Amino acid sequence: MSTTAPPSAPPSVPPSAPAPVASLGRRILRSRVLAALASPHGVDRYLELVNPMWAAQEVRARVVSVERENPDCDPERSAAVATITLQPTATWRGHRAGQYVQVGLDLPGSARRMTRCFTIASAASVPGERIELTVRAHADGQVSRHLVTAEPGQIVHLSQAQGEFTLAESPATPTNNHLLFITGGSGITPAMSIVRTLLRDGYDGRAGRRVTFLHYARSPEDQIFADELASIAAADNDVTVHLRHGDHVFSEFELRRLVPRYRDTDTWACGPAGLMELVGAAYAGGAERRLRTELFKAPRPTAGSAEGDVAFTRSGTVLAEAANSGATLLEQAEALGLTPEFGCRMGICFSCTTRKTEGTVRNVLTGATSSLPDEDIQICVSAPEGDCAVEL
Amino acid sequence: MSAAHIEDILESIDLEQAKAETAKLTAEQLDAFGAEMDAIRQRILDDLGEEDAAYIRKVVKLQRGFEIAGRALFYLPPAWPLAVASLSVSKILENMEIGHNVMHGQYDWMGDPGLNSRMYDWDNVCPGEQWKYSHNYIHHTFTNILGKDRDIGYGILRMDEDQKWHPYYLGNPLYAFLLMVFFEWGVAMHDLEVENLVKGTRKLEDNKALHAGIMRKVKRQAIKDYLLFPALTGPLFPLTFAGNATANLIRNVWAFNIIFCGHFPAGVATFTEQECEDESRGHWYYRQLLGSANITGGRLFHLMTGNLSFQVEHHLFPDLPARRYPQVAEEVREICQRYGLQYNTGPLGKQLLSVAKKICAMALPPAKA
Repeated sequence: MSTTAPPSAPPSVPPSAPAPVASLGRRILRSRVLAALASPHGVDRYLELVNPMWAAQEVRARVVSVERENPDCDPERSAAVATITLQPTATWRGHRAGQYVQVGLDLPGSARRMTRCFTIASAASVPGERIELTVRAHADGQVSRHLVTAEPGQIVHLSQAQGEFTLAESPATPTNNHLLFITGGSGITPAMSIVRTLLRDGYDGRAGRRVTFLHYARSPEDQIFADELASIAAADNDVTVHLRHGDHVFSEFELRRLVPRYRDTDTWACGPAGLMELVGAAYAGGAERRLRTELFKAPRPTAGSAEGDVAFTRSGTVLAEAANSGATLLEQAEALGLTPEFGCRMGICFSCTTRKTEGTVRNVLTGATSSLPDEDIQICVSAPEGDCAVEL
Repeated sequence: MSAAHIEDILESIDLEQAKAETAKLTAEQLDAFGAEMDAIRQRILDDLGEEDAAYIRKVVKLQRGFEIAGRALFYLPPAWPLAVASLSVSKILENMEIGHNVMHGQYDWMGDPGLNSRMYDWDNVCPGEQWKYSHNYIHHTFTNILGKDRDIGYGILRMDEDQKWHPYYLGNPLYAFLLMVFFEWGVAMHDLEVENLVKGTRKLEDNKALHAGIMRKVKRQAIKDYLLFPALTGPLFPLTFAGNATANLIRNVWAFNIIFCGHFPAGVATFTEQECEDESRGHWYYRQLLGSANITGGRLFHLMTGNLSFQVEHHLFPDLPARRYPQVAEEVREICQRYGLQYNTGPLGKQLLSVAKKICAMALPPAKA
């Protein structure tokens, strides 16, 4: 996910936050003495055996409820969308509206933990507070399909909230800026979180700050949060909602009509690549600084051949990139003059394990291919198929 | 030990046997043998799933249970032997069935950070990071290649007749005894290559980076076992201190013996660097097979050895979950029979005796032919 939003201050903790007893318990759990006693495994490795909702460092959450968002849609055409309410452990540090979280699930049947990112749809949270994820069950998305049918009580693994696709201002620092949200499909969730936060925290438009919410859905049946958006639109709050369905795609012309001064308006755009390209073009030539974007990464198609580009990255920067030669990733990295760590060069010692962030790799020993995003691979026995990105 | 006794031991050990196995197969046979091993490996990889995950989680739970019980029982002075036993079992399970195997990457496929080879560190003074280099890479890649596998004698002992004899090795049995008692410290010092420092082939500066890692880990382990936990038992400090030291000692002795039985009984072959130049995958398997030895025993015994009682299968498939070794052992044995390859195995007593004999025999200069 990419974003251009400037970082803003973390949410302030209201006085109603955790009770003193709980925070004393947390201080003990996080104390150096306890960490030394649990060394080298860490306190969480012991706590999890007693109660998965006890944690000193890690974040986990219990599924509280799962509500279907589009029960009327045609299951042949549209995927199920559900809102999952999660009760995080006390280690949850809260989130700013617009941020996402990594959700890890131990999938039944395979015992493999899959980790995927989901934007938090509910309003900004304080430490330990419940959050909601609104998830579309993608046909080949094991995690999303499992989440929308999750049973209350199930435990999932979470990361802390991440991402900078957030509101730079808060109700505590009011401005009279006009805010514009342009979203498509599942990209509605971060914008929804921001608007929900504004409204919950007392935003009523009286400050002269208008909010325009422009959203594209495939059909009226696919429109999630329809009731809530209708009531937001109907209320006297200076929030304007424009919903577009079906063949109605984003156009600069329409944007100009709805928000004549859009190029001078702080804009948050999130959705599929096609929408984002059109939005990007509409803001090109000087207005980019007004545009904060977040792109949902679509899985790359498997090329099944060596054609494509291989990129080696470190903490977000590309170290080297070249056409895929079909050799193992270790050999390709070395050919580019990089010196990744390696050991046996035959797949047994795991010295060369690194994270593949994008693309498909084939294990040269077993022939097995894998296209999972963000998975650990041994680069000495993995050859990329098509485009591939590896974190060294 | 009397001179006559040493003569007896020397006679009883068949030094020729160890060398008899090398280069028995043709290149084609080695390829076919390798393909059969690859097939076993692939079949198990395809079958990994919930049972393996449930197993390792159960072992972790069991180990943590023994650990907590052990630590708690130190508050009851009459239960001291029970506390030591419980803590010893915990430390043995943690180092062998969990630590050794997790750090081999056997459970990386689960995607659980708590059972991931890159994140795990064990309850041992040797930092996991360093051990993965010397063990997973050096030892498992160059298994039993003289001059490359530093686990042959650990730079201290003479464990193969092709290692040149020196009067220093008269102390072989003593060094082995000390290594057994201080095994975790020996493992931690392993990478410092003290013998090469003495020889002058390694510089003290080369060890600087390692020193820091070892000291950090040693400090943490010592604070926990020799300061904090004893202090928490108040007036029972000395008893708890002694109990923790005893548990570490028991784990050291056990681990040393299991590991020595896995590589040094009679019948285990060593290889020269020339033999392994441009080695085929088949020859790599072949070398792993002949360079290891199993120990027979019951299920509980295998659990307590971290399934390293299936050292042969472990060396053939170091990254397959160890609980699968008993399952593939039958098949490996049958394949060995077909190819006429030695499959080293025996009960613990026999293997221990064989190792002890070798340690003593190698202390003495080679008998003149």
